[in-house]
Parts: sequence; structure tokens; C-alpha cells
Amino acid sequence: MSSEKTLSENAEEYLEVIYKLSLEERPVKTTKISKMLNIAPASVSQMIKRLETLGYIDYSPYKGVTLTEEGYAIASKITRKHRLLERFLYDVLHIKKERVHDQACEMEHSLSDDAERALCQLLEQPDECPDDEELIPVCDFKFQTCDECRMRRQEEVNQVGKRDKNLVSITNMKRTEKGKVSFVRGDYKVIRRLMDMGITIGAEISVLEVAPFKGPVKILVRGSNLALGRDIAKNVFVEIIREDPPAEGALSYG
Amino acid sequence: MVKIPDCIEKEEYEKSLSQKKELQKPCEDKVSSETCDITIALAGNANVGKSVIFNYLTGSDQVVGNWPGKTVKRAEGNLFYQGHKIHIIDLPGIYSFSTFSMEEIVSREYIACEKPEIVINVLDASVLERNLFFTLQLMEMEVPMVVCVNQMDIARQKGYDIDTEKLEKALGVPVVPTVAVTGEGLQKLVKEAMNVAKTKNQKNIIEYGGEVEKTIKSLENFLKAEKVDVGYSNRWVAIKLLENDPEINKIVQSESVRAIQFANHLALELEKIHDEPSFAIMASERYALASKIAAGAQNQTKFKITLSEKVDKILIHPVYGYFTSALVIIGLLVWTFIIGNFLSGIITDVMGFFQPVDPALSGPVLAVLWNGAFGGLVAGLTLIVPFIIPFYILLSYIQNSGLLTRVAFMMDSFMQKIGLHGKALIPLILGYGCSVPAIDSTRILETKRERLLAAFAITFAPCSARTIIILSLVAVFVSIWWALALYVLDLVIIFIMGKLALKAMPGESTSLIMEMHSLRIPSSPVILKDTWNRTKSLAYLVFPVFIIGSAVIQLFYVLGVLEPISNFMMPLTVGWLKLPAFAGILLLVGIVRKEFVLLTLVSFVGTDLSLALTSSQFIVLALIGMLYLPCLSTLSILIREFGVKAASVISAANLITAFIVGGIVAHVLSFFA
Repeated sequence: MSSEKTLSENAEEYLEVIYKLSLEERPVKTTKISKMLNIAPASVSQMIKRLETLGYIDYSPYKGVTLTEEGYAIASKITRKHRLLERFLYDVLHIKKERVHDQACEMEHSLSDDAERALCQLLEQPDECPDDEELIPVCDFKFQTCDECRMRRQEEVNQVGKRDKNLVSITNMKRTEKGKVSFVRGDYKVIRRLMDMGITIGAEISVLEVAPFKGPVKILVRGSNLALGRDIAKNVFVEIIREDPPAEGALSYG
Repeated sequence: MVKIPDCIEKEEYEKSLSQKKELQKPCEDKVSSETCDITIALAGNANVGKSVIFNYLTGSDQVVGNWPGKTVKRAEGNLFYQGHKIHIIDLPGIYSFSTFSMEEIVSREYIACEKPEIVINVLDASVLERNLFFTLQLMEMEVPMVVCVNQMDIARQKGYDIDTEKLEKALGVPVVPTVAVTGEGLQKLVKEAMNVAKTKNQKNIIEYGGEVEKTIKSLENFLKAEKVDVGYSNRWVAIKLLENDPEINKIVQSESVRAIQFANHLALELEKIHDEPSFAIMASERYALASKIAAGAQNQTKFKITLSEKVDKILIHPVYGYFTSALVIIGLLVWTFIIGNFLSGIITDVMGFFQPVDPALSGPVLAVLWNGAFGGLVAGLTLIVPFIIPFYILLSYIQNSGLLTRVAFMMDSFMQKIGLHGKALIPLILGYGCSVPAIDSTRILETKRERLLAAFAITFAPCSARTIIILSLVAVFVSIWWALALYVLDLVIIFIMGKLALKAMPGESTSLIMEMHSLRIPSSPVILKDTWNRTKSLAYLVFPVFIIGSAVIQLFYVLGVLEPISNFMMPLTVGWLKLPAFAGILLLVGIVRKEFVLLTLVSFVGTDLSLALTSSQFIVLALIGMLYLPCLSTLSILIREFGVKAASVISAANLITAFIVGGIVAHVLSFFA
């Protein structure tokens, strides 16, 4: 939804409050909104008008506001992000209960949908937020079950291992060097194929030949010779193994 | 981001998922093995010598075809051994059961459903660890098996000492060392296999370590409690679920949703411990075990650089490698052209008695049968025997020796520029000889998109028939320079059309993941069998097309149908292309085979063609003849490989290009004339 991106943080905050209040009573009185947000009623009615022209709420004077379908979707999404973040801040980062709300309010607007999904899985699909035990709204992804969501996410894996600044791409290895695979990134299927061919995390690799003109790289891994296209090879990162003073076997890597 | 090479196309993959019924009951398309009492399946990585063993065991009693509905080669044969008729099937060479290639799906469905009495797992002794990775996966499936450690000679040359007894102990299945090319150990292999097949109570469960094993066990038990039975062993299903195998997931989901949920929960637990995706954990676990077993069983006594490694150094050397690669490519072309022309000359002489009859004198029936059907047969023979067989022999040699992987390695960066990778070079080279084997060989490419791109470029390539047209029309009657110019123009068209096709079929180009096995001298029976099988499958395709196509054209000719069609085409042929009216007929007969353009022209006007055509008409006719449509056999192989739709699109592109370029050339030439 493009409208989502153009929506200011401020407006999101309004929708979130209306969402929360409308669980208790509908339509929501503007005075309640101004009280909850601690903003002067005049500014509130200005914002209400804007939200109404955007089509997120319906406003009838003296009665109050109700969320439209579109407004509800945005509001529940932002609320969900807010509450997931609260859980994360509290459960994983162990931040005090009374401080998670403000922190989450700041973070919720910049949380991407991907991050929301990852967070949900990390926290194992929580249903309540920690501070006031409010329900976390359900996600709007098009998966039938949480399992399906998790399964699909596996297929979206595009890196394995840990990125570290000491790592070297195998395209930058010297021919005499040996390295230990620490980080691989790329398409899911490429990664799986690489693993099947023996390039698992921790496997030892040495580079045998590099074809010129950005051609493929020939490597030795687990006793087999593999040719990897440059695009794949540059995304395989190793930790260089410092060779001890030449042992008997060192000649074989010449 | 790069895509996986050996993966099947997404839609194909989804189709295979949606064919769940077939998945659950794939055993319906049984092989013709009813009369056999025992079935042996050969399984293993690519290039470990499986086909050598297969040839040794089955001799001439073998059938090579495709797996039903799939473009995966299926080879099977029979062996008589101690009063038993044994059915042997050579499964495609694969590295794993976990990724998404058709070969892998075919193999695992075969093992699970057809339940061969025994699987012979062929290993490359010189790359023991990597090969054991696949052995472990076979053992996960709990199939009765014998391990054949092949290429012991190469391992010895490399200085590896392999203790097969230790290997046997570690794996718990019989292990037989062999050198398949010399036949060493193969008798013992069959004996061991028969023993296992007869006793039928092999216990070969391989256990992994620590929490991984615990997780597998608990999921296995859960599946048992849930009474999940999908044809595969529960242990294997458990492992596949943990690995997030989409196909197994789908099948199990239809039986028990709870099993999936439990598997997800367990996988998540594992991921928390290892901080890696579960499929990576499983791969690491298998390799850890493979590494342990390999280390225990093999001992590198000395470090020797073998001759093959020395040659390899030159073949992929940053400078010399280009020379050797060019040598291989040019060698293949020169071989095909020289041998082809030589043999073709002989055959044409032998077939010299074949002269078209005049329908007016002989009567229509004889004309159709003789000019048509028999003419088609001769045309087929002069294509297959001289050009295709020698070509296949050398190609098979290049492939089996490992030279092809070296050339692909060197040429990869250039091929990337037209959206293909190193291995696509071979089909393109082939296109200069004949489009049919060229398109056939696009199978070595992994994705359908790449195969289509290559096939599309090939249909424009100047194959030998087009070369003949250019030479005999233009070089003889206009000048050799104009012939050369047409050749260059064709190359430009290939390049432009290739780029256009790349634009029309956008997608990520795949990158190379290719094993470079040791160079070796291939066994001649394998090469000859390979050539024979390829030629046979091509002959089945080409001969009917030639014979029927040519007869139909003759029939039309006799019935006088060609004339009106040709007249109907007048605005195009005469108006736009400025050719004589009979050109329409030439183009129609040329659809069967390009040389017919020439033959028919001769039959119309005699040998001195310059009486009937002007210089510019020669050039335009040659150009149109070269480009306008793929010949019938090319068309039929296009349909076979890519379907009617893709074949029509390619033909339409050919046709349109031909008439646009032809028309422009005709008008430009008439302007100067």
C-alpha cells in the first residue's frame, strides 16, 4: 500500500489510539483522543479532518469517529508492530516494563513488514503484549498458518553463517591460502546446492585457479574440485586459516 | 542474486507439487520388469562411472529413454546371472536428495516407490567424503544397498589408500572396491548385491550425533504415532521435514497437520541451538559424519601430482587455457565438417541412383513414393550418418573425458554476456553443424529459459544445409564475397536476435556450480553406446518427419496445390522480395529440408540457374532460404523439447526476421542495380 508510506508517523499514532479506544466504545469521542494523546482538542479535530479526507475514518459531529476498513487495517498493523516490539524489548532485551511502551512507540513506525514477520517468529507468535496484556492483532500476511509463514521464510533464507569483518570472499583468496567457510549468502537454492556440494559452514576451502575476465573460480573442498561462477563465489566468505610452519602436507597445496 | 543452476523451473516445480496424486501413487507407471525377479538400481554422483558399470552389466540388452513426462534420461537393461533375470536401472547422477532438480525427484520417487531389491551406490574413491554425503542420504531412506567404491585406480594414483573393510564396518553395508573401466571387482559386486537382495534383512540405519539424532528420533516416533505413511520410511520423512523439503511437507500435510507443526517446532529448537537454518544443520551433520567415516577409511600415503592434474593445469591456465579451449571447439567443428563432407560425398555417390522422377511421365503415385517418401529417407540418411554420428562420437568423448568442463570453465565469462553460462557453448557450436543435435544438446543447460535462449540462437545459426545454399546459390552464381557477406550478416543477426531474446525473456542468469572431476580417457564402449543411443533417439524423430513431410510436399506438388499457394504468396515473394513467382514453391518445399530449395530449383530450371535468376535474386533467395523457417526436423525437435507454443514463437520470429531482412536487402540491391 503506497498510502501507508506517505502516512506520517503522527497520523499513524492517531489511528493507533483510535483503534485502541474503539475496542471500548464506538464511535470514539474526540475528547477521549485528545486526552489520550495529550494534545489540544483543536489540533485533534484538525487531524481528524485530514484523516477523514484520506478515507481512514468516518467522522460525525457530536458522536465521534469510527475507523474505515482501510484505516482499521493500518491501525491494527501499527498496533501489532507496537505490541510485538514491546514483547521483544521486554522478553529479549529485558528492558523495564514501564519503559517499553515509549520505546516501542518510537520504533513501530520504522519497522518493516519483513522485520515484523521475523520478530513474530523469533517470539514464537506471541498473543499478548507485556505491559497491559492487551491482545496483539493478527498479522495481515497471506499465509494460512503460522507454520506456512515459517516454512516460506526458510525458503527466503539468503544467508547462512555469521558475517564478520575479518572474513574474506573466496574470490579474494590467494592461491596458497586455506580458509574455513564462515558465511554464505545468495539465493536459497544456491545456498542449498552449495551445502550439498560440501560448502557447509566450517568446511575448509582452498582456491586452485581463478579464470580471468571475471570467470569462475576453481576450488578444492572436501577433496573435490568445484568450479563456481564468480557471482556465486564472491558470496562465499571464509576465515583464513593461518598455516603453521610448513608441515609435510603443505606441499599438496602448491 | 544468482539462481541455482540445476534447478527446475518454478512452474514445473509447482506442477510437480500439484501432482500430489502422482506423488503418492507414482508406482503406477511400472517399468517392464515384470518378468525379472530382481531389480538393481545404480545410484551415485555424476561422473563416478555408473554408466560404465551399467554397460558392463547389461551389455547390449538395454533401453535408453526418458522418465515418463520428464526430460531426464532413463537407462535400463537386463542381466542374466545364475539363473536370475535381473533388471538394472541406471539412475541419473545426483549429489543429494534435497535440492530441486528433476533428476533428484525422479531418483527418490523411484527408490521409494518401485522399491528396487537393492541399490548399488557407486562412489568415486578419489573424492570419498563428498560421495559419502550421498551414501548417507541413501541410507536415510533405508534401502538395501551395496557400496561400490569405484575408480580405485585414480585414487591410488593420487596417493589414497582406501581400507574398504573399515568402510564396511563404519557403514554397516557391504563395500566392494572396483575399477569399472577394466572390469575389476565387478563380478564380486554383483555377487554381493545378489546376496543382499536374497537375504532381504539388511539393517543399515545410520545415526547422527547428539541433539540432531534426538530430534530426528522424536519426530520419527511422532510420525509413527500419527500413523503417517507416505511411502517413504518415517525416518527419512522426519529428516526431510526438518530440512523443510517442500514436497514431503505437502504430502505429510495432507495426512497430518500436527506432524508439520511438531516438525516446525523441532526445527526451530534446532535452529536456536545451532543458529543456522535447519537445512544447513542437516547438511553439516551429514558432512561431519561423512568426513569422519572417510578419514577413518582412507589414508593419503603420498602426495602425488598425477598426469591428469598436470594437464588440467594447462587446460584451465589463465592464458594457455584459452588456446586449449579454442582448440577443442575448433577441433570439434573441423572434425564435423571434414568428416561430414567426406562421408556425405560418399553417401551421395552411393545414393547417386536416386534421381527424382518427373510426375508427368511416371504417374502421381510413383512420384509421391519415390520423390517424396524415398527422397525423404535419403535426405535423412545424408544428414544423420555423415554429420551427426561423427559429431556425437567426438562430443561424447569431450564430455566423458572431462574436457567439456574445462572449456566451460574458461568460456564462462564470455557466455555470461549473452545471458548463458559456460556450458551453453556446446549447443551453440553444434548449431554450425546441424540445428537438430544442437537443440537436442541444450539439455545440458539447467533452466528452461537458458535452453530456450540457446535454442533460439541456434535456429539462426548457419548450419551445414544453409551453408550449402549460400555456397551453391551465391558463391557459384554471384561471388564468393557475397557469400561471405551473407555469412557475416547471419552472425550479426544471431547476435541481435540473441540480445532481443534476452530482452524478451528477462531473468537472472544462472551461475556455474560444476564439479570438475579428474580428467580421464573415456571407455570406448561407453562412448559408442552413448553415440548409438543419441543417434537412435534422433533417428526416431527425424526419419518419420523427413519421409512423411517430403511425401506430403510431393503429393501437394502432384495435386497442384503448391501452385495456388505460391500464387497466393505472390505479393510477398514477387512484390516485396522481388523474386520470381515460383519462389513460393521453393520456400514451401524448403520447409522439409533446406537443400530442397536448391534441388527443386534445379528441377525447374536446369543446372544453369543464372538463366532464371538475377544476381540480387540469388542473394535474396539464399538469405530467405537461410533464415525463413527452421526445417521440419528442427521444428519437431523444438516441439519435443519446448512445446508447440515456444516452437511457433521461434518459427514466427525466424519468418518475420527473414522477410524483413530479405525485403530490405532486395530493395537496397534493386536500388543499386
